[in-house]
This record gives sequence, C-alpha cells and structure tokens, in this order.
Amino acid sequence: MTAGYPHRHLLGIEPLEPSHIQAVLDTAEALREVLDRPIKKVPALRGKTVVNLFYEPSTRTRASFEIAEKVLSADSLSIATSTSSVLKGETLLDTARNLEAMNPDMIVLRHSASGAPHFLARHCRSAIVNAGDGAHEHPTQALLDALTLRQKKGRLDGLRVAIVGDLMHSRVARSNVWLLTKMGASVVLCAPPTLVPPGIEALAPVTYRIDEAVEGADAIMMLRLQQERMTGGYFPTLREYHARFGLTEERVRRARKDVLILHPGPMNRGVEIASEVADGPWSVILDQVTNGVAVRMAVLYLLLGGTEAD
Amino acid sequence: MSGRLLLRGGRVVDPGRSVDGELDLLLVDGEVVDLGARVPARGAEVLDVAGLLVCPGFIDLHTHLREPGREDKETIATGTRAAAAGGFTAVCAMPNTEPVNDQAGITRAILDAARREGVVRVWPIGAVTRGSRGEELAEYGDLREAGCVAVSDDGRPVASARVMRRALEYAKAFDLTVIDHCEEPTLSHGASMNEGPVATLLGLRGAPGASEAVVVERDVLLAELTGGKVHIAHASTAASVDAVRRGKSRGVRVSAEATPHHLLLTDEAVRASEYDTSTKMNPPLRSEADRQALLRGLRDGTIDCIATDHAPHTVDDKKVEYDMAAFGVVGLETAVALCLDRLVGAGHITLTRLVELFSTRPAAVLGLPGGTLAPGGPADVTVLDPARRIKVDPARFASKGRHTPFAGWTLKGGPAITIVGGRVAWRQGR
Repeated sequence: MTAGYPHRHLLGIEPLEPSHIQAVLDTAEALREVLDRPIKKVPALRGKTVVNLFYEPSTRTRASFEIAEKVLSADSLSIATSTSSVLKGETLLDTARNLEAMNPDMIVLRHSASGAPHFLARHCRSAIVNAGDGAHEHPTQALLDALTLRQKKGRLDGLRVAIVGDLMHSRVARSNVWLLTKMGASVVLCAPPTLVPPGIEALAPVTYRIDEAVEGADAIMMLRLQQERMTGGYFPTLREYHARFGLTEERVRRARKDVLILHPGPMNRGVEIASEVADGPWSVILDQVTNGVAVRMAVLYLLLGGTEAD
Repeated sequence: MSGRLLLRGGRVVDPGRSVDGELDLLLVDGEVVDLGARVPARGAEVLDVAGLLVCPGFIDLHTHLREPGREDKETIATGTRAAAAGGFTAVCAMPNTEPVNDQAGITRAILDAARREGVVRVWPIGAVTRGSRGEELAEYGDLREAGCVAVSDDGRPVASARVMRRALEYAKAFDLTVIDHCEEPTLSHGASMNEGPVATLLGLRGAPGASEAVVVERDVLLAELTGGKVHIAHASTAASVDAVRRGKSRGVRVSAEATPHHLLLTDEAVRASEYDTSTKMNPPLRSEADRQALLRGLRDGTIDCIATDHAPHTVDDKKVEYDMAAFGVVGLETAVALCLDRLVGAGHITLTRLVELFSTRPAAVLGLPGGTLAPGGPADVTVLDPARRIKVDPARFASKGRHTPFAGWTLKGGPAITIVGGRVAWRQGR
C-alpha cells in the first residue's frame, strides 16, 4: 500500500480511481527498465513471500507473475490444481488458510468462480491479487493492455478502442471496459447478440457489426473464444463466426492506419482472428506479454510496499 | 390441551372477521372461547397485553425443517423454536427432506416428531411426484389421510407440463393444492443470481426473470384447464405477478406468496455485499422493477401471503465461493419484524393487510384451521409489540441456520408472545 495506490488488495479495476491506475502504469514504466538489464534482479521485495494459487490452467499469466516475483527478489511458490490437495476435496478457504499458516505476504489467485478473490480477502490476512476470477475481472491484463497502448500511442485519453468477441464470458473485456472508460478512452463493444451480457451497454455502446466497431479505431482488442463456447449453441458454426465476427485483414483496413491489434492470448487462429492479422505489422501481441511482467512487478511492488529499487 | 388463558387489554386485529379494537381474548382448553370487552377472568391466568397487538396465529406456508435426513441443517425442534420466536404458530414443512416426504409413513414420522419435539404446529406438505423426480405421481390419497395439507416438489420444480396437468387434476380428488416452485431449468441452468446488469458486472451467471414467469404462465393455464388449485411459491418477478393477476381475474384457482427478501432487497445486494453468500437463494433477488411489482401485488391482493422460504444450511454449505454456495437463507426469525417495520412502518401496507398476509390468507389458501380468532377456532395467537426494537443478530437465532441478508438491520416492532393451542410457546425475553 502506498500513497499512489491506497488499497490493500487488487481485486478488480472497477473500484480504482484513475489516479490509482496511473500510479500502477507509472510504476510499471519505471520498473520495466530492469527487464532490459544484463542482470535482471533488484532486491525490492527481498524477504517477502508470494503464493501463486492457480485453480485454472494458465501459462502466460502464471509465468508472468513468477518472473515478476523473481526479478523483484520475492520468494514465491506456485500451486496449480492438478498438483495440489484440491483434488483431495479441500476447500478454497482451507487451502488458503493452510498456506497462510506459512506466513506469506501475498496470494495471487486465479479461479473459475467470480468473487473468489473477494472471498479470500474477507477471510485471509494476506494481500490478495486477482489473476482472473470467472467472468468478473482480470485486472492485471487490463493494466498491461493499457501500458501497451500508452507506450505506442502516448496516451489513453481520447483513444477509440473496439473490443470484439465473447463479451459474455470475458473477464478481460470487463476489466478493459472499466479501465479504458475511466481513463477517458471511448470504447465500442462488438459481439453476436447471444454473447452480449445484459446491461453491458450501460458501460459502453454495443454493436453486432464488426465493420462498424473497427471503423476509425486506434486499437482493436480481440477476445478469445473459449473452446466450450464454440459448441454451446451461441452461434451456428465456427466458419460463420469467423466470417461475421472475426478480425480479417480487410476489416483491419477500416481502422486507422496506425491501428494496434491486441489479444490476451491464447489465440484461436482462423476463428476470432486471422493469422495475417495476428502476425501482421499492427499486432502488439508480444509487446503485451513483455508489459505483463512489468505491470505485475508494479502491482507486487505497490502492494508489498517494497523498498526503493536501485 | 388444557388451561385457561386471558389476554387482557390488547388491540385485537382479526381481518377475517373485520375486528380491530381493544378487546379481551379468552382461550380455554386449546380453543378460542370469548372475544369481547372486559371478559371476566374466572380463574384464568391473565396476560396483560395492553399496548400490544393480538392477532390470529401467523402461518408460514413455506418452511424447510430439513428433518428427516438433514438434521445438521435444521431439526423439527430447532425449526419450530425459530418459528415461535419469529411469531409463527404454525409452519408448512416442505417435502424436500431425505427421504422426500412422498409416502404416508414419512408424513406420520414427521408428525410424530413434531408432537414430541415441536413447539408450534407442523403441517407437512407431500411430494407431487415420487422422490420429487418429476415422473410418477405420489399417493395423494394416502398423503392427505396421513396429514399432508398440500403437495409440492419444491426445489425440484415439476418440469413436465403433462405431469403438472395430471397432478392438478388428481389433487382435486383430495382437495389438495399443488404448490409450485416455478423455474424453467433450461433457462436457469448454472445460474447463481438474477440475470441483468448486476450479474454482468459481477461476472456471475444469471437466471432471467422469464425462467420463472414462463412456468407461472404455464401453471395458471393448466389450473384453468383442469380446475385444479395451484399456489405459486415465492413469486419474484413482475411478469409472475402479472400472470397471477390475469389468472385471478379470469377466475382461475391460483394463489401466490412472496418472501420478505424479495419484497425488501434487489440483486444490488449481491454487489453491495461483495459476493456474500447470504444473498444467494433461489429464486434470486431480482431487479427494483420486480420488487415494486411485488409490492403492488401485496397491496392489490394478487399476492395472497408472505412466506419465508426458510432454508437453513450449515456454515460449510455457505462459506465457499459464490458459485458453489448452497441456495437459501433463513427467515422464520426475521420475517414478521422486517414486514412490520419495512412494509407497515414504511407505509406500503396497513397492519390489517399484514395480518391477512401472515394469517388469514395462508389459512384460507390451504384450508388450514386458524387464521381467525373466532370462538371455536384453535387458540393460536400471535402477539406483536409495535414498540419493540430489534437488531438482527444471527448468533442469537434458535434456528441452526445463520445465513440471512438482514444481519445487522435494526427494526421497530416484532413478535412479543406466541401462543399455540392456548399455551405460551414463546415469550420475548424469556
């Protein structure tokens, strides 16, 4: 907890003030430089212990937190469901409390149930970082997306951003809508009507036509279509989904020339995004991954009240 | 039951007989014997109830006592004590016990336990279908004879329209009402709250109001088709109220209840409490427009009764992630006080209407004894103290269930004395 970020946890973007978001992004920007050093390690969080508790499969987010923890010299361990006593029927609270008995300073939680981080925050002593909860929020993803946009465009205020894909089940979409609108960007949402959650239009305008959504956009964020949604009866076929709602090269041409294409990964090539787009000159998908480490370093640093990095 | 009890000087409110005034009430051998000005004591024990409200016993049409089978959640002993402390003289016990109350033997076992350990009357409700599996009808004749007062597959709604039709038809032979928990499972599957803007922000899967209302519409049409009697359990949406209202205007034999939590809270409570599982029940807390429609239904008579849907669970069932938590909250010990303060006190309904909703109408809907203080009727009396101050404290509940969305609320007015069969079953501060 610091003056710029006066919260004990990071549960979501919704409760944050623009100045708090600014503080995380500025800290990430400052810490990012460490990643370019020949010896990528600072003692900022020496003696602090972080537990990464992952109840859902994750490659990128988990690796990103682990690297951030190592660079800042925190002691960390990662627990994934497949290797833990969760399979023996232990509850989330019991698992968390047993881990707490080992006195960690922070628990980074990924869980399929929305609100699981709030539940831990209520019953545990540690600082809780939400690494994705159900369809609720994925705050560090939105922060790394914002950092990427800010680096490339120099600002967030006034940007026109299209968010396209499975809005219904996407925590990335919710966190990004909160963050971008709080920071003064104008957001347009696009999905087939079956994947538009009721009431989302109160946060940003919704269109069912991707051509409209991307028109004049400074950035296009594509959402991953999860496997289980592909057969859930939300739309007739993957072929039609790609044809009507996928991001093709032709559609990218409707956006601004210097448009940025973002995707939280992992991508379904040929479904929500064409390969030429994913690998094209507009794509900043790999910059997102690098910025992910910087943003997570910033969150760890701000929450654990680290000493000044040198 | 023996004994003579005289309630002296209270304001007696008995809407069924249009009584509202300062009167004495004499109870002898479990029956109401006299109601009038200055009734002589003639050796009766005298209770001074000046300043209190004397009402026909309150009846909860929708209680889960959990016994037999889930005595870890509630028992007949603890559930009926909770009822007495909440001002209820009788509860209708839902059949989703383990085993399901789908046979006369189980009904008799419940009634035996209630006689031994219960402190208020227990009216068992039998199952609509065997095992509440929604397939073959249960034996309504046997269930009625053993003491069931209605049939319901509560918690496991009757999915098949054909089965519902047969149930409504067959129940006519035994003058049984079919109570339906209205829910179309293909629309509500996987939901933990109401579908709408709040669920969207919280990232929780929602059940649309229509998942309830399509079944209410179906049931009203089937009651019309069959001439059977249907009672809509815990109506929670504007469209459900509308369907019942239209059914009643056509003369369909349909009645409906609403719970205090649906009358007083909306799905915003899930958000405000940051996923507190004490806000999770089925049907879920709905929108403000739905809540307003329920209040209109209370006032215009579309909603017949207020029922608790008292659904106790263990701490373990509730102290988990929101998606994984059991549906249901307790209500017996808060319902009457909440409604006195937030419905009567707030000016939504009159005190007379409150007594109708908790006593006159529940008795009429299922044809139960009571619901009035007419001489010759059972000596079941709910005495209320309009000045009592209450702070809702789950730690002090008689119920084993502790989960309520009203914890910490401060209320004015509440139960003072609960009299069942002429005996004091509970008294405030004793």
